Order: sequence, then structure tokens, then C-alpha cells
Amino acid sequence: MPEIGTPALVYMVAALIVPFVRPATLRQILLLAVPVLGLLTFWQLPYGTYGTFNLMNMHVGLMRLDALSYVFGLIFSLAAFLALLYAWHVRDTVQQVATLLYAGAGLGAVFAADLVTLFVFWEGTAIASVFLIWARRTEGAYATGMRYLIMQVGSGVILLAGIVLFYRETGSIAFSRMDLESPATWAIFLAFGIKCAFPLLHNWLQDAYPAATITGTVTLSAFTTKLAVYALARGFPGTELLIYIGATMTLFPVFFAAVENNLRRVLAYSLNNQLGFMVVGVGIGTPLALNGTVAHAFCHILYKALLFMSVGAVMYRTGTSKASELGGLYKSMPLTMIFCVVGAMSISAFPLFSGFISKSLILSASADTGHFFVWLALVVASVGVLEHSGIKIPYFTFFAHDAGHRVKEAPFHMLLAMGITAALCIGLGVFPSLLYGILPYAVDYTPYTVTHVVTQLQLLLFAGLAFAVLIRTGLYPAEIRSVNLDFDWTYRRLLPAALSGVAYLVQGTWRFASRIVMGRVDSLIAGVYRAHGPQGPLARTWPTGSMVLWIAVLLGMTLVLAYI
Amino acid sequence: MLDIIVTNLPALQVVVPLVAAPVCAMLGRGDRSWAFATLVSFLTFAISVSLFVAAYGGEPISYEMGGWAPPIGIEYRIDVLNAFVLMIVSGIAALVMPYARRSVASEIPAERQAFFYTAFLLCLTGLLGVTITGDAFNVFVFLEISSLSTYALVASGAWRNKRALTAAYNYLIMGTVGATFFVIGIGMLYMITGTLNMADLAVRIAEHGDSRTLRMGFVFIFIGIGLKLAMFPLHLWLPNAYSFAPSAVTSFIAATATKVAVYVLLRFMFTVFGFDYAFQASTLENVLLPVAIVAMFAASLVAIFQDDLKRMLAYSSIAQIGYMLLGLAFLTHTGLVATIVHLFNHAVTKGALFMVAGCFVLSAGTSSISSLRGVGRDMPWTTAAFVAGGLSLIGLPLTVGFISKWYLVQASLELGWWPVALLIMGSSLLAVIYVWRVVEAAYLQPAPEGVIRREAPLSMLVPAWILVGLSIWFGIDASLTTTAASRAADTLIGSSQILWQE
Repeated sequence: MPEIGTPALVYMVAALIVPFVRPATLRQILLLAVPVLGLLTFWQLPYGTYGTFNLMNMHVGLMRLDALSYVFGLIFSLAAFLALLYAWHVRDTVQQVATLLYAGAGLGAVFAADLVTLFVFWEGTAIASVFLIWARRTEGAYATGMRYLIMQVGSGVILLAGIVLFYRETGSIAFSRMDLESPATWAIFLAFGIKCAFPLLHNWLQDAYPAATITGTVTLSAFTTKLAVYALARGFPGTELLIYIGATMTLFPVFFAAVENNLRRVLAYSLNNQLGFMVVGVGIGTPLALNGTVAHAFCHILYKALLFMSVGAVMYRTGTSKASELGGLYKSMPLTMIFCVVGAMSISAFPLFSGFISKSLILSASADTGHFFVWLALVVASVGVLEHSGIKIPYFTFFAHDAGHRVKEAPFHMLLAMGITAALCIGLGVFPSLLYGILPYAVDYTPYTVTHVVTQLQLLLFAGLAFAVLIRTGLYPAEIRSVNLDFDWTYRRLLPAALSGVAYLVQGTWRFASRIVMGRVDSLIAGVYRAHGPQGPLARTWPTGSMVLWIAVLLGMTLVLAYI
Repeated sequence: MLDIIVTNLPALQVVVPLVAAPVCAMLGRGDRSWAFATLVSFLTFAISVSLFVAAYGGEPISYEMGGWAPPIGIEYRIDVLNAFVLMIVSGIAALVMPYARRSVASEIPAERQAFFYTAFLLCLTGLLGVTITGDAFNVFVFLEISSLSTYALVASGAWRNKRALTAAYNYLIMGTVGATFFVIGIGMLYMITGTLNMADLAVRIAEHGDSRTLRMGFVFIFIGIGLKLAMFPLHLWLPNAYSFAPSAVTSFIAATATKVAVYVLLRFMFTVFGFDYAFQASTLENVLLPVAIVAMFAASLVAIFQDDLKRMLAYSSIAQIGYMLLGLAFLTHTGLVATIVHLFNHAVTKGALFMVAGCFVLSAGTSSISSLRGVGRDMPWTTAAFVAGGLSLIGLPLTVGFISKWYLVQASLELGWWPVALLIMGSSLLAVIYVWRVVEAAYLQPAPEGVIRREAPLSMLVPAWILVGLSIWFGIDASLTTTAASRAADTLIGSSQILWQE
């Protein structure tokens, strides 16, 4: 493949061509070819920075290929391919183009060697991805999309502010390790944090992902947050604050996930919880921990996509993703059920599944560096993961009480996409060296020791036992329709109410002040118009004589000045 | 044979269009004269590109006309600065000529077109001559050649609007006053030094030292050129001349004539009077600086209230000239770079915008903004070119306008002149308003019923889009223009003994 700077270009060009390609099958094949082509552009390249040029004395590098960006580039390409395969049945041009642009922007951002390029693609992911939500074309989806867009673009704006400050401070826009010591780096950190769904900044995720189209959610789950994890791993490894942020992130979504009825929202909470593990890894910052973060991001993209795919397939057939309306589907959709269970076992980190080999790295790293309470939080969170994602999702969807749906198995392309993903989940779990070989740091780690396996199995079995007991005794929060209040209530309900009171006061003052100011402004504009308007002295056509007069004035003035 | 051509390139730069002009007049009506003039404009562009390449390295090229050694003979002297300006002038001419065919055909009767192109070539000759020569009196001669032909070109707009005649007449009177002042100034210099060669003048002025005659000479040249470059209160000839001239002429002279005048001012100020007499610096600070700032605001405000697109752009030009003079008034290296880079950037931007205005005149029959309602749907490419050019005029990043403003703001910050930096940005906001008015009319207002406006022909669109493309290209990668401007500023500073502000 010729060097073209950034693989994002392949996606952008394809996004331009796709709308004009007919028939539909040809277009789908073209879509599937895009991630493959994109991958080929950097697959065999030696590490280094490509596509460099000078933009107003700033060094721009479109593609920095090193061990870290390579892994993310690989998994993003893979995720794009799987998402597009899963979406084979979609005939909506908007979604197809948005998926391409979104994945392309995600890749572009991962490979960005400088902050300006990062910013451009950062905003690109925001703008492209919102169309995956709007593509549902309902009023609710529109409002959700708007909220999502405000958060995402807000993140971009804060990032830009940080970049500008950073450039003023250091005179460089290189994207490398930063320290949290100035407003510039804090702003950049905050921008990353919004995209990474830090606690209290997380609501856009649970709000938006369940609102997207079936295929859109699969795509969304892969890129945005993992891009933020990558950015944190690149910019802020070893920042201690991140350990505590991450530990909080692993814990609190567990409870929301347990009571939530919409299974896609359960998965969104679980996604947030998984991000917490990665953020902890970045915060610890040792080679082992960073390896853990990267490996976990890699595995996570796969099994989370698999879970979203299986729930999506169910939704595609039954039209709902609410736990209260589902159940007993194992008879109608046995293959989907198997794939869902594979995903569930991966996310719960059963030995021989992908989650096990990646999460162990982070747990070991936190234990090795003496963060006992963090380690404990992660273990507790792991139990929560098993409970809400590992058991709740398959149990309420495919087992529990029979909701009476008699539907067909998922379409072939969905099964194929899920099958590949499931195979990857198991494959990575059985042969961890495949993944360990491409991690940024050299790995000397064996996940399958007796202690690890036994500890993990005990943990899982007892958690499973607890679930069984709770269900039997009826203590488990039943799958009921409900609206669960999360932090977003404060800014979607409380804040507006408080604001309207303030607004009333401000309005009164404003009207009074504006009446005075407007009067002044009006007379100012009238004055400007009198002088500069078409008939004003400055715009009129003057006779030559007046011009000569001006010459005389200017000449006189300059001469006087010259003689003083 | 090739050798002779290469060694005589500086002479050919002027001689080719000069000789071509009468030939063009004899070619008679129709496309023949146009094709010939176009060919000549391409040829002169090729020559100036090769001169630029030769001068870019740093060593100035000196060419003695007719083998007469200076200071008695006429010397052509080409350094980076005037090679850069030569390239702008001939490049714009080479783009305007293909554009002119359809535009001129609709505005000027066929039997007069040969004379039109003759005048055009003469104007080109004059502008190139002013730029290339190293002889002060020669500057005056070429200035008159270009001015006289410009008066004729402006007057040829009379077939579209009779007011072009009065505009041309006013321009003639005012331009002549300016030229007279200029020649009076040169006469005074000659009184002191007895020479007309610029390099020689510089040496002898230095030997001679300060005197009243010298000061008089400086002031007269300053005012004379100030009129030619439409320095603010002396701009009164410009709006009418630009709005009533044929479209092709407007795009050519708006992009080149004032730029050449700015070049002459730079040349005289630094190369000829290049010694540190306090009155020069005080003229810059007390006359040029306020005048430039007033121009930036007053002319932009007038532009906001104009209804005619060409007239609006003309006032915008006056404001843009304010920016160039401002860069000069800083008297720093960065300021000079800003001025020189803006010469190019404004030529490209304004050339494109006046071409667009010409497209509107061709299709809609008028350039009144109120009659351009809804034109964005009928003429999408033309309107899009206007938007792109307008963005550059505002100074949005990734356009050349931004590069100029960037250097200007940087220059003012280097000196710690914060208020000036704020004024520069404030006046850019005014540009947003007048550009937006056109965009609003073109895209957001419904088209009037029953009006048919066809998209402009390719021969007009392509040159306009080339200029738009250049304004974006050099906005993204400004290394060529800024390096050239920086070297030109270095030669100006190197040739002068003025105390530059740090």
C-alpha cells in the first residue's frame, strides 16, 4: 500500500463515494472493504511519524505509528469491520456514511501525532457519531442526540482551549506525556474525561447509547470512549488522580445497572464500569498496568460489541430491549443465546475467555503497586460485572419467564458478525500470547496460574450463587418498567427549575438595562449611518476639487511635521 | 539564441508587452486580438516566474538598458521584492486575460475590443516597468503609461454605464495631480544629487545629508504615491473608478495597480531615502499610522452600507490598503513582512472577488446586492467562490487573509501596541458584516420571480476558482509567500540605514 498519511483518509474518501454506489450489495462489499484497506495502509509500516508538514510554524503529524497507537489502530479497524458486517442489512445511506466517518475520525485521532490533528478528529468523532443516534428519526432520539452532541462538542471546545493554552506555554503542539500542573493540561484532561465518561460527566453515555439505532449502538460502543482511554494513556499515564476516578467508575454504575430495565442501558452502565478498569490501569501507569489497559480496551471492544450485537439482534426480532418484556428466547434464538453467553462470560472474566487475560493484568498491577483498597474496589466491581452483565443480560433475555415471543433466529450476517466476535473472544482467552505479543511493553505475565484461576472461579461461583439465592428468595430487584434517576437529573430537572427562578429576576433587570442601552446603540448606529451610509459624506462621490483640498491638507500636515 | 533571451529577460519583461500592444491594435476586431494579448500575458508571466526563481536566491540582478552603464543609462534592478511584485502583476494579468474574453464581449462592442486589449497590454507594461526599473525618473514614465492606459480602460466601461466617463475623468485629474507631485519630488532629489538612478541616489543622499529640499522631496513623493495607492483621504477616485470600469479591468487593477504603488512607496522610503532622518519615522507614526487605522474602519463601515457589490469591494480595498500601510508604519521586520505578504494575499483575494462580481454582472446584468437575492441556487459555483473569497477577506484561518492578519497582529504585539492589535481584529469583524450581507442575500433570500440567471461560463469561473484555490493553498501552506516576503523585508532593511524598531 502507498503511504497516504493517515488511514482516516481511506474512510473519508469512501464516505464520499459510498452514496453514489449502487446496487446495494456492491455498496455493502465496498463498505466492508474500507476497514481492510484502512488496515493495510499501516499494517506493515515501520514505526515512525508520517504525513508531517508545517502549518504556520507548528509541526503537524498525521500519523504516528508506535506500539500504543498500533494496537488501537488494529482494534478500531477490526471493530469497524465487525460493525459494518453486523449492519449488512441497513440500507440507510446516512448511517453508512456516518459509520465510515466516525470510524475514520476515531482512527485519525488515535494516530494523531499532534494536538491540532487530534482536535480535528476529536470533533470529527462527535459530529459523525451523532447521526447514528439521529438516524432513528424519532423525536426522542433527536433530543438525545442534541444532548449528546452538546457534551461531545463541549469536550472538543475545552480541548481546543487547552491546546491553545498549551501552545502558548510550551510553544509546541506535540501530543505526548503531560503533567497536571497548569490550566492548559487541566483543560485537556477534562476534555478527555468527558469523552471517557468520568463520574458525574458520564450521563451522555447512558443517555445516548441506548437511544441509537440497533447497529449504531454497536458502532458507538467501540470508538468514542476507547479513544478517550487511548488519549489518557498517551497523555496522562501514571497520574494518581486517575486511579481514584477509575475506581469510582468501576463501582457506581454497578448499582444503576442492577436496577435498570432497558438491557441496552444496562450494557451502557456496564461499559462505564469497564472503562473504570482501564482508567485505573492508566492511573497506575506501570508498564504492566498500561499493558493491562491496552489489552482490556482491546478485549472490551470485542465482547462489549458482542453483547450489544446479541441484544441488538433480539431487539431486531422482537422490537424491544426491555427486560420486563423479554425472556425465554433460548428456544427461538439459540445461536444468539450462545453468542450472548460467550460475551457475558468474557466480560465476567471467566478463565479461557478474553476478559480474564486482560483484567488480570490490571488487578495484578494494582496489587503489585500496593493499592490495596483500589484492588478491593476492582474485585468488588468484578462481582458486580458478573451480576449485571454476566448473568442479568442472558438470564432475562433468553431464560427467566417466557414472554411469549416466537421469533426467527437472527439474520445470517448478524450471526456471522457475532460468531467471528465470539470466536475472537474465546481465541484470545485460550491463546493470550496472541494479544500479549502486540502490547506496547514487553510482557512477562502468565494469566493461567493456579492462584489466579482458583481465585477468579471462587469469585464467580459465589457471585453466581448470590444471584441464584436472591432470585429464589425474590430479593433481586425485579425487572420492572422504571425510570432510574442518575446524576443527570440535577442538570435536566433541578438545574432548569432553579434557573427559571433566577431567570425571572435577571429578565426584569435585563429589560430595564437593555432599554437604556438599546437607545444608545440605536443612536450610535444612526450616527454611523449618517457618516458612512450611501449618502453620507464618506461614501459620496466628491468633486475633484475636494480631493485636491485633501491633498493640500495632508501635504501641509506632513510638511509641518517634516520641519518640526 | 537561448542565451540571448536568458540574459535579456529583464528587458523582455517590459518590452514584450510594450511591443505587443501596437501589434494587438492592428489585429483588428474579434477574438484574434484577445488570443494574441492572452498569449503575451502568459509569456510575461513565464518571464517573471523565471526572474523570480533567479532572484529568490538573494543576489539582485542588475541589467543595463542598451548597454549604457548606470547612473547615466537606465538600470533594471531585480531583487526578491520586485520579483515578487512582478510575479503578482503578471500572474494576475495571465488569469484575467482568459477571464476577459466573455466578460469583455458582453461589455464592449466588438470593433473596439482590439483597442481595449491594446490599452490592457500598455497598462500591464506600465505596471511591470514601474516595478522592475531601478531608475527614479523611469518609474514616473512607466507610472504615467500605466495610469493613462488605466484611464482609458476605466472609460471603456461607458458602454455599460455612462458614469464611467466622469469616473475616468476624475481619476485622470486626481491621478495626474498625484503623478505631478511625484515628479516634483523627484525633481527636488535631482536638484540635490544630480542623479536619477536609485542606487546612486541612495549613496548621494547619504553623502549630502539632511536638508530642506530633501524633506520637501520626501513629502511630495510620499503624497504623490499616497494618492496612487489610495491612502485614506486621497482615495476618492477609487470607488467610482472600480465600480464603473469593465469587470475584467476592475479585477486587474484592483489586484495590481495599488499593490505596485505600495511597492514604489516601500522602494523610495527604504532604498532611496534609506538613511535615518527623524522626519521619516515621524511621518510614519504621525501620518501613516492614524490614516491607516481610520481607513480600516471608515472604509469598512462605508462598505457595510453599500448596495453595489463592486462598490462595496472597492471600499473594502481601501480598508485593506489600510492594513498594508499599517504594517509599514510599524517599522519592524515583522510589520514589513505583513505588508509584503498582504500585497500578494490581497491581490489574490480581491482579484477573485472582483471576478465573481464580474460573473454576476454578466449573468444578472447588475452587481447590485439587492438584485442578487437567491442567486446561490442559480449560480452555485460563482456564489461559492464569493463565499471562499469573502472568508479570506475576513481573515479566517486556512485562508491567506488569516496569514496577513496573523503577521500584523504579531507585529503590533512585538511592539506592545495592544490597542492596535485589538483594532485589527475589530475591523475584521466589520468585514464579517459586509461579506455576510451578500451571503445572506445570495443564499437565504428567495429569488425574485421570473428572473433567469445562468451559471457563469467556465472561462470566467476557472480563473476565479484558481485565485480562490491559491488563496486557500497559500493559507494552508504559506511557506513560499512568507519566505519570499521575509527575504524581501531583509533586503529592504539591509539597503537602508534606518533605525528599525525592536
